[in-house]
Amino acid sequence: MNKKTIIYSIKSALPVMTGYIVLSIGFGLLLQDKGYGWGWAVLMSTGIYAGSMQFVTINLLSTGASIITTAIMTLMVNIRHLFYGITMLEEYSEAGWRKPYLIFSLTDETYSLICSPDLPDDINRKDYFFIVSLVNQLSWIIGSIIGSVLGNIIPFDTTGIDFAMTALFVIILVEQLEKSKQHLPAFTGFIISIFCLLLFGPNQFLIPSMILITIALFIEKKSLERSDL
Amino acid sequence: MHTILIILTAAIVTLLIRALPFIIFSRHTPDSILYLGKVLPYAIIPMLVVYCLKSVSVLKAPYGIPELIALIVVVCIHKWKHSTLLSILLGTMTYMFLIQTVF
Repeated sequence: MNKKTIIYSIKSALPVMTGYIVLSIGFGLLLQDKGYGWGWAVLMSTGIYAGSMQFVTINLLSTGASIITTAIMTLMVNIRHLFYGITMLEEYSEAGWRKPYLIFSLTDETYSLICSPDLPDDINRKDYFFIVSLVNQLSWIIGSIIGSVLGNIIPFDTTGIDFAMTALFVIILVEQLEKSKQHLPAFTGFIISIFCLLLFGPNQFLIPSMILITIALFIEKKSLERSDL
Repeated sequence: MHTILIILTAAIVTLLIRALPFIIFSRHTPDSILYLGKVLPYAIIPMLVVYCLKSVSVLKAPYGIPELIALIVVVCIHKWKHSTLLSILLGTMTYMFLIQTVF
């Protein structure tokens, strides 16, 4: 792993690392509130490592949910991650020893950093994927520890701080739109998600959106393959 | 003990979802899936944006105005400086200020 790749990767990951530390402080704080100390925070951030699912898990724990309920909840909350694996199939299949960890650590935010990267030629792609994934999770773990140990003494109102992740995705969107001339996939994803949100409501729209987006992209296949993305 | 089992279940199901495409297509990936992998990033990021904003109501006060203003700030700052960190920082600060003190 060369120094240049390491520095470049950490620089690219910095926005997510910052956001992750902030969000996971919130997670650690909430977990602590329910009576689970920092050991549990580390266990969950190391083993589950899925932002929104960890918040849901706090609820499941405090309401004494069953294993079946937990499995179904996890499936519903995280099913969108299926798409991330499909995107990274080719790139990750050549990643060697890094592959198991890369697959394990494929969160929304990590995906957004690696799904359409414009990397300089002297940057090793596989190492870039690995370092970005690793430092993101390390930030997530460190934040959860901070949250559960020191969370209660945070001196300011953090309401609304989770907007950082919304901002990140919007920025990735802006960059994709600037880079690519073909806006049909973005338009498709946006319109279908809005449509499903209105039709099925905030808690149920994700799965129908994923199905319809997949179908729509196949319908658009001919015209999309003719143009450069 | 039940706590451990719940965490383990969440961890295993999450890992299975992330690994499933690699398990199914470990030997051969059909062209249609390769195509999907190429176009998905461009369709999924807008879906994630909608996902982040799913609980915003445009019918109830404050009508999604804080989100709209903060998003405009993010896009404008980013178009101007192209610094991810700066755009996130200013956008988030704008949003926090708006919902904590204005609305």
